[in-house]
Amino acid sequence: MRNDLTSTKIVSTKKTKKKISFGRIFAWVLILLWIVITLFPLLWIVRMAFSTQRDLMANPTSLLPVNPTLDAFKRVFGMLPLTQIIAQGGFSRKLDFLLYLRNTTIVTTAAVFGGLIFDSLAAYAFARLHFRGRDKIFLIYIGALIMPTVLNLIPNFILIHSLGWVGTLQGIIAPYFLGSAFGVFFLRQFFLGINSELEDAAKLDGAGTLGIFWHIIIPISLPPLLTISILNFINIWNNFQWPYFAGGMGGKENATVLTVALAALRAQQQSGIPDFTGMMAGTLISLIPILVLFLFLGRRVVDSIQFSGIK
Amino acid sequence: MNTSSNDFSTTASRSRTALFKKWFPQETLIAWLLILPSLIGISLFVIIPTLRGFYLSFTDSDLLSHANFIGLQNYSHLIQDTQFWSSLKITAVYVLFNIPLQTVLALALAMAMWRLTKSIFVRAIIFLPYLIPMLMVTLVWMTILHYDFGPINGFIKAVFGTDARIDFLGQDLIIPSIAFINTWRYVGYTAILFFAGLQTIPNNLYEAASIDGAGEWTTFRFITLPLLRPVMVFVLITSLVGSFQVYDSVAVASVPSGGPGAASRVIYWYIVNLAFSRFQMGYAATVAVALFIIAMAIAWINFKYFQANQSDLN
Repeated sequence: MRNDLTSTKIVSTKKTKKKISFGRIFAWVLILLWIVITLFPLLWIVRMAFSTQRDLMANPTSLLPVNPTLDAFKRVFGMLPLTQIIAQGGFSRKLDFLLYLRNTTIVTTAAVFGGLIFDSLAAYAFARLHFRGRDKIFLIYIGALIMPTVLNLIPNFILIHSLGWVGTLQGIIAPYFLGSAFGVFFLRQFFLGINSELEDAAKLDGAGTLGIFWHIIIPISLPPLLTISILNFINIWNNFQWPYFAGGMGGKENATVLTVALAALRAQQQSGIPDFTGMMAGTLISLIPILVLFLFLGRRVVDSIQFSGIK
Repeated sequence: MNTSSNDFSTTASRSRTALFKKWFPQETLIAWLLILPSLIGISLFVIIPTLRGFYLSFTDSDLLSHANFIGLQNYSHLIQDTQFWSSLKITAVYVLFNIPLQTVLALALAMAMWRLTKSIFVRAIIFLPYLIPMLMVTLVWMTILHYDFGPINGFIKAVFGTDARIDFLGQDLIIPSIAFINTWRYVGYTAILFFAGLQTIPNNLYEAASIDGAGEWTTFRFITLPLLRPVMVFVLITSLVGSFQVYDSVAVASVPSGGPGAASRVIYWYIVNLAFSRFQMGYAATVAVALFIIAMAIAWINFKYFQANQSDLN
């Protein structure tokens, strides 16, 4: 009987293996093709960033820069005089990508750390402390979680406007700094799953609520805390719309983040085309921190995304 | 909570602290302290703005002068607003290109990876585009698809001649092109969500199916797809709601006037245009409410149709 079962199993796996061999080829082709489609634009960014504007027009299909040059980088870092920039077909305003990089870094750092602190504090209270109205208040968070962002843009802009914060970095940071409904929801979910025996033991030893939070909960929650930080980092570093409006629509240098500066670069220049090479040099500069993060935390980033989807 | 006291004069104050302690025990105080910053943030930047957005839609706010309550005037204007309807149509066309392409491709990639390689390296590469801001993704693809010096048209020109070139960013193809560009960025993210969903399906189900002689397609249709339902709902709701709010790629790929022509004037573009170019905050909020209702309806239909909270595994 047992023998019988195993033999049918072997036959059936053999059969399916034969059947799907065509499917397997197709699947490999799909994966490899999509890897090429994924990587080609990244190659293209590098290729264009090191080209001159003139060579773009002359050699559209060359995979490598024809006459490699750092001109585009010099332009976006504001290292060249304006006359030379215009002669190269560059963006006809002095740019300072170091400043924009600094702005993006300040915004992202403040937002990620603020979110981390306030999300975890609130999530802990919702997961572990008992108080009147707790579940009703948490419903507000659920509501905020499913709210599409369309309706918020205009009132938030009006709020920042009335605070006089349009065109400042704190105006951009403000909506992120106190955390998000998603962060609280996500961390609460994790805290609920922690075995409370450790906390009970600590309580017997006379530890207070905050002591337990700091000495027990935080150390064992580092993976989800890292997850929420990574997700926030990606979202805020990459955001364009809110920093564009809150930052004064590109008019204020001191509140211009990388994405906003890059969007400005696409304006037509005297040469008839936008400063494409400068655009790609700027893109490369703003991609480097994200790629470095991905290089070191790649597995965790991918795991985070998988985790966030299943919940 | 010791309220019994012999000293009469202190009883009043004692019972007051006792009452205070009963209603606000230390734990409650600490809890409120912990949630307060977060609650202020959520209220100030999500809840109140959303309510305010609804309110604004009944006013003639223009950011500068006092806003007057004008009842349903904006809404009756909205119904007759041909620009609104055409932007809704353009958005719908975009969604019809974007969602099937992205979902089917992501599912195919997830299945292929699931079968052939569980390598984190492959998943990481496929996921990579998600890390690049939509804006930069669009800038790069704009140059790749460019009519004059994009490599694709460069190739077409070399092989088929100058006239065969395709104007990807022209009036006819701008919306499909933007849909493809969005797919390029999000497909890896979606594939990884599906991949995670596939991991939750117990292996013995597949073994049972293969013993029963179920073919590849049957297995997919009757085991994989139904059991992927929770992930599918999450993916469809977030991507549909996101697609209806497409903006960044449109803002970059098209000229600022929503062109070429009016070809890429999606709803969100119209809202931003009303609010920040014409300063018709009130009417812009009305259009935003319309988009909000569409998004909520999509989420609701998805939820009902797929019965998202039920998994076939239990």
